[in-house]
Amino acid sequence: MKPFNIFPYDSNINFIRLRWISLSIAMLMLVVAIGAMVFKGFNFALDFTGGTVAELRFEKPVDVDDVRQRLEQAGYDNAQVQTFGSGNDLLIRLQPKENAAPAGEGAEAGAAINQVASDIQSALAFPDNPGRVLRNEFVGPQVGKDLATNGIWALIFVIVGFLIYISFRFERKFAIAAVLATLHDVLVVAGWFALTGHEFDLIVLAGVLSVMGYSINDTIVVFDRVRENFRSMRGTPEEILNKSVNQTLSRTVITSFVAFLTVLALYLYGGGSLQGMAESQMIGIVIGTLSSIFIACPLLTIGFLKVTKQDLMPKAKDEAALARRP
Amino acid sequence: MLTYARWKYFVILVVLMLSAVYALPNVFPQDPSVQVTANRGSQVDDALRARVTDMLAKAGVTPKTVEIDNGNLLVRLNDPDQQVKANDTLRAALGSDYVVALNLASTVPAWLEKIGARPMYLGLDLQGGVHFLMQVDQKAALDKRLDATAEDVRVVLRDAKVRYESVERRANNTIVATLTSAAEVEKARQAIGRGQPNLVLDAEGNTLSVQISEAELQRMAVEAIEQNVGTLRNRINALGVSEPIIQRQGSDRIVVQLPGVQDTAQAKRILGATATLEYRGVVENVNPIDAVATGNVPPEGRIYYRKQLGPDGKRIPIILNKRVIASGDQLVGATSMMDPQTGTPGVSIRLNGVGGQRMFDYTTEHVGKPMAVVYIERIPEVRTVDGKEVRSTRVNEEVISVATINGVFGKEFQTTGLESPKEAADLALLLRSGSLAAPMDFVEERIVGPSLGRENIQRGLTAVLYSLAFAMVFFLFYYRVFGLITCLALGLNLLMLVAVMSIFGATMTLPGLAGIALTVGMSVDANVLINERIREELRLGLPPQTAIAEGYTRASGTIADANVTAILAGVALFAFGTGPIKGFAVSLIVGIVTSMYTAVSVSRAIATLIYGGRRKIKTIWI
Repeated sequence: MKPFNIFPYDSNINFIRLRWISLSIAMLMLVVAIGAMVFKGFNFALDFTGGTVAELRFEKPVDVDDVRQRLEQAGYDNAQVQTFGSGNDLLIRLQPKENAAPAGEGAEAGAAINQVASDIQSALAFPDNPGRVLRNEFVGPQVGKDLATNGIWALIFVIVGFLIYISFRFERKFAIAAVLATLHDVLVVAGWFALTGHEFDLIVLAGVLSVMGYSINDTIVVFDRVRENFRSMRGTPEEILNKSVNQTLSRTVITSFVAFLTVLALYLYGGGSLQGMAESQMIGIVIGTLSSIFIACPLLTIGFLKVTKQDLMPKAKDEAALARRP
Repeated sequence: MLTYARWKYFVILVVLMLSAVYALPNVFPQDPSVQVTANRGSQVDDALRARVTDMLAKAGVTPKTVEIDNGNLLVRLNDPDQQVKANDTLRAALGSDYVVALNLASTVPAWLEKIGARPMYLGLDLQGGVHFLMQVDQKAALDKRLDATAEDVRVVLRDAKVRYESVERRANNTIVATLTSAAEVEKARQAIGRGQPNLVLDAEGNTLSVQISEAELQRMAVEAIEQNVGTLRNRINALGVSEPIIQRQGSDRIVVQLPGVQDTAQAKRILGATATLEYRGVVENVNPIDAVATGNVPPEGRIYYRKQLGPDGKRIPIILNKRVIASGDQLVGATSMMDPQTGTPGVSIRLNGVGGQRMFDYTTEHVGKPMAVVYIERIPEVRTVDGKEVRSTRVNEEVISVATINGVFGKEFQTTGLESPKEAADLALLLRSGSLAAPMDFVEERIVGPSLGRENIQRGLTAVLYSLAFAMVFFLFYYRVFGLITCLALGLNLLMLVAVMSIFGATMTLPGLAGIALTVGMSVDANVLINERIREELRLGLPPQTAIAEGYTRASGTIADANVTAILAGVALFAFGTGPIKGFAVSLIVGIVTSMYTAVSVSRAIATLIYGGRRKIKTIWI
């Protein structure tokens, strides 16, 4: 019985020949992503900015404009109000007021919570349509600052960890190429959130950071084959790299396809709070897959990252050979 | 040759059984219930049980069971609405003798609990409840300590008969004592050094500067936060919450999570109450009303006001000694009671050894003289000044009672004259739970309704099931027999993941559920690697059985490399993440580890079972 497959096995696409095009596109995406982050910035959620978010459920659908007006009267001009679900559910976000006291002086924040919660409640007391608070969160801005710092530390830890592990298991050039490809993916995913203005919260941050895990995983599988082929095949590094990418192509596509399906399930059925995370994962999977093919391997043919057969031949042999010499 | 050691099958069977048993408790739903705990002096017994059953019947609530469990009365109910009703009924009827709290009671059979099989804890986002992050005001703690030290220095100097002009606090955390002559400085130095060796003393001319050492300051900061954690724990126990989380976070924050609590106003009042008591002597030789009018207050005294208003509607001033006889942190116990003599509500108090000794010393010298109790409360407030919001903290100090010392007493005594039994009960509760070493403020607050929690579980589970279904359907379609093997491995992976997380007592959160879904996505990678490798070997012309064996062997190295790097990312998330991110990271890490085992070892065992042995196989369905 012939194996069933929808992806070509004997593909021999010359990915390396496309390297300048693919690397240029990658650079372009990176520039756009960084540009978006620098000039547009993130739509940081409450987790980072501090502020209040409340989820309310009413018995009948409510008019968003009316709600906004009532909040404005209560002194919250910048309130974000949106309905979701059946239209009976309301999500209200209030950023801290501009002149709010600096963080750290917690007593004041404590008073602020009570203030905001009671403000929302009194502003939205519809006599004929009672609402119930499902969720109510207040976060001081100082907490968000800590989270951002922690996120950056996590990023640094991961990069150093990758560099050490991959250098140890493969070679320094591979480690650098893999980390560059992974960083590219993370930045592009983050840039997507900056560009679209989709809300960036703590769970999205987790999603973005875990894109690193996925992206590196994909790259390592390809590199693993590169290492194997360098040791067993003859040919120029370009030919070997090309062959390796083509050999792992169907695996790469299938894995990404299935992983994408599972994250899609998360996006479709996980509800509002998981959608941001699923979104970051979906983009991360697509970019991570492309980067392992179009960025990581081509990088190994350029400049100081150019790999040679010597880089990957088991070192022990050389030492043994050296030892035999008089 | 395609073979697989028999002992490895045995291991797989054991793993399968253990996983099934330890994942099992998660299947049992929890009963919404109400827990009744006895306060001091009350008892949980069959009489109470009968009383509670009767009360519930009257209120129209039919409980599932009413049982006595570990000295608590547990009323299991059929649904959350009944739970709320039962809670309200019982809380109103039982009064302050019992603590009535909402709870979720386990329905896991006893034999499972005996072998340590427990369900995973549900995070607040999955069961509802409140989360607070509180910040400790270390500066206030330091201020308090410096004031106390300054007062101590004064007392020591007076006791040692050292003549001094002034003892005052300077801005740089220094206390400067100005003495009458240089000769006195040496006497002072010896007197202070004897009592408090960890103070840094520095003499200059006829002044002596007293500093608290850096190490001591550090220790104070740590102690302050630890005392606050302890105090919060006591206060939360008084709320009767099951499975609360009270954790220190960083150098000055405390996380409090109260699952199932919905009455946030009460929770906040109890948690945030920064009330304490101080016992002070009354300065009698000056008329307080004159002192207020002239501003002429004796140096050892300070003006306080009484809680009760005078006949003219104004607050009545009273001058109290600056020296504190005993304070809230020296308190060991406090219970509310009715004073048999006056019939007014009061609080019966017990102090610790130091406090008791000081009280004894003071009362020995001051029988027949008045002593006042000052109730100190810290109230955050917001004012508008020049169009800007100014937030500040008001410290409210009120003299709640002035009583004549009737005799010498030490550790145990009573304070009477409170307004109502409720006030006495509230005060007793606050006193009993001890005072905070430093004031705390809420910097983060999160409240999740129970119905939203249930919705979140539903959504999360749906997402996980669909992600599993999507992957499985694809594999069955694409790899056929090996797809089936992959599906079995994925199923066992999920079972193991749940079992491991339950054993570790991990908390399941909504992002945790997302992590599980993602694990399904990531763990298919190992299976795909193996299956593709087998296909590749087949295309190279290897016989099927050899291809399978080769495929597993050659893919294993790649799987290990790829997964170790993914785990690294998970570890970073865990190390630097908080709350929801941690939950996500835990399920991701555990999931990757279990998927390595199931994909490499278990799927190979199944494949060997199907295609192994001596018979020659011409084709395999892959």
